[in-house]
Amino acid sequence: MKKYSQTKAMLAIAKASFRSIMRSPSAVVFTLAFPLIFILVFGFLGGGGARVDVGVSSKCDRNNIFFESIQKVPTLRFHYESDSVQMKELSKGSYDGILTIAKNPIGSLTAYNVDVKTSTASPQNGDLIFRIMQNVSNQLNLINAEVKNKITEVRTQEIPGRAYKSIDFILPGQLGFSLLSSGVFGTAFVFFSLRQTLVIKRFFATPVKRIYIVLGEAISRMSFAILGAMFIIGIGHFAFGFTLINGLETFLTMLLLSAIGLVLFMGFGFIISGLAKSESTIPPLANIITLPQFLLSGTFFSVEAFPAWLQPICKILPLTYLNDAMRKVAFEGLKIYQILPQLGIIALWTVIVYTVATKTFKWE
Amino acid sequence: MSVISVKNLLKKYESVEAVKGISFEVNEKEIFGLLGPNGAGKTTTLEIIETLREKTSGEVLVDSMNIETHANDIKKIIGVQLQAAGYYPSLTLTELIDLFAGLYNKEVNPLEVLKSVGLADKAKAKFKELSGGQKQRFSIATTLINDPKIIFLDEPTTGLDPQARRNLWELIKEIRSKGTTVVITTHYMDEAEQLCDRVAIIESGKIVAIDTPDSLIDKLVASGFERKKEVKKANLEDVFLNLTGIEWRDNN
Repeated sequence: MKKYSQTKAMLAIAKASFRSIMRSPSAVVFTLAFPLIFILVFGFLGGGGARVDVGVSSKCDRNNIFFESIQKVPTLRFHYESDSVQMKELSKGSYDGILTIAKNPIGSLTAYNVDVKTSTASPQNGDLIFRIMQNVSNQLNLINAEVKNKITEVRTQEIPGRAYKSIDFILPGQLGFSLLSSGVFGTAFVFFSLRQTLVIKRFFATPVKRIYIVLGEAISRMSFAILGAMFIIGIGHFAFGFTLINGLETFLTMLLLSAIGLVLFMGFGFIISGLAKSESTIPPLANIITLPQFLLSGTFFSVEAFPAWLQPICKILPLTYLNDAMRKVAFEGLKIYQILPQLGIIALWTVIVYTVATKTFKWE
Repeated sequence: MSVISVKNLLKKYESVEAVKGISFEVNEKEIFGLLGPNGAGKTTTLEIIETLREKTSGEVLVDSMNIETHANDIKKIIGVQLQAAGYYPSLTLTELIDLFAGLYNKEVNPLEVLKSVGLADKAKAKFKELSGGQKQRFSIATTLINDPKIIFLDEPTTGLDPQARRNLWELIKEIRSKGTTVVITTHYMDEAEQLCDRVAIIESGKIVAIDTPDSLIDKLVASGFERKKEVKKANLEDVFLNLTGIEWRDNN
C-alpha cells in the first residue's frame, strides 16, 4: 500500500476551505470591500490643497482688472447662482464668502470698492478670502502707484521632500484592520461551524491527523488574506499613489508582515471559536477584540492624537505595532530587521494568544 | 469470518455507564444492525468502533487490527456516515468528493462516485441545496471513496419519507452486494427486518438479543407470543406507497 500523505490531505482541506471562503459574501466584504471603501474615501479626501468657494453677487461689477486678477488665483472657486441662493449657501457654510465689486463714480479716491461678505459658519476660510483679496488689491495698488523700490519682498523656498500623502497613513491601517477582522471573525466562525455541523468529526473519520485539519484551514485563510493584501496594496499604489519606497522589496516585506499579523489574529479567532456557546455569541466576542483595535491602534488617526490617559491602552494593542511596522516599512523604507521592537511585541502577543487558544480550543 | 470483534466493551461518561460491557461479532459481507431506542448506546458503540471515541475498557478489533494501536490504519479501510454530518455548505458535490478523495489519498472520478448513489445530475449542486434524502445519499457516497471493507451508517433513514427510505435500502443492499460489510443503526424495526442479515438489540447499554431477524421472531412466537390484533394483509405504509407510488422522486 502506498504511504498515506498527510500533506495531500491537508492541501485538499485548504483547497475546499479556500473555495468556501471565496463564496462567503461576508469574508469578501470584510476583507476587501470595507478597506477599499475607506481607502477610496480617504484617497479622494486627501490632496488638492485648500479650496474656498466664493459666490459672485449679481450686483458685482465683473469688468475690471481686480476681477480679472482674482480669477487667476487657483485657491478660489467662483459660483454665479442667484443672490438668494448664495445667501443660503453662505449661512450653511457651503460658500465661504460672497463678493461684490462696485465701481465708484469717476473722480473718487478709489476706483472700486471690494466687499466680501463672510459667515461665522466658515470663519477660517472667510479669513483666507479676505487675505487673498487684500493681497491682490495691494499688488494692483502698487502697480498703479508705479512703485519701483519696495521695502520688502517675501519669498519662500520649498525644499524637495517626500510627500506624505494621507493614503500613506490610511492604507497600512486599513490593511491591518482587514487582517484583524479576517483573522478573528473568519477563523472564529469557520471553526465554530465546522465543529457544530460535524464537518471536523467527519474529517476525524478519515486518516488525516487533527493538526493537519487546522493547518489546512489556516493555509486557506492565509492565502485569502495575502491575496486581499496584494489587492489592497496594488489598488492603493496604482490608483492613489501609495508610497512603496523600495518598490517590490517593500511590497514583499508588507506581505510578510501581513502573514505575521494574520497568524496572531487567527489565534484570537481560535480562542473565540472555543469560548462561543452559540453562533450568535461570536460577533460580540469578536468585536471585543477588534473594535478597540479598530479605534485605538492608529487605523484612522495617529496614536499620538489620543489623550495621554488613553496612550497606555493604545500601546498595549497588537494592531498598533503591526500598523506602526507597516508604515515604517512602506514609507520610511525600514528593513525587516529594523522593526524588531514591533515584531517582538507581536511575537509576545502570539505566544500569549496561542497559549490561551490551546486551552480553550474545542474539537467537538 | 468475523471482520469486527467487540469484547466486553465498556464506556463511562463521568459516572454514567453508556455501554455496559457488550460483546458481539460482525461477519464479513453482512448487513449488521444495531437496534435500540434513543439513548440505548448505539451511537456510542458505533463511534468507538469507528475510532472517533475513546473506550473505557474492553477490546475492539476491526479487520484484526486493534483500535487502540491501529486507529489510523483502521480509518483507511472504513467508511463512516455520521448522524447529521455536514459538509462545506457552499461547495458543489463534485468539489466535496474531490475533498474526500484528497483526505483518503485516492484518485476518483467524482461523477462515477455520484452516479453510484444516483446523484450524477446533482454534480454541480451545492450541498446546502440538497433535500434530506439526497444529503443522506451523498453522505453515503463520501463513505465509498476509499473502497472501504466496512461502512458504518448511523440512522441513515431518520427523517426521510417512505419513498426515500426504500430507495436508500436499495442503495445499501447494492453496496453490500459488491462485498462491503455494512453496520447500521436504526430504531425502525421494519427497516431492520427488511435490510439486516443479523441484528443486535441494545437496551440501556447492554445487548439483550443477537440473531437473524427471522429467528428472533420465531423464538418469540415459539414462546407463545401472539399479537393482540389480527394482522391485516397490508399496513398503512403499504396504503401510502400504493397511493403515492414507490419510485423515489428527484427531490427526495
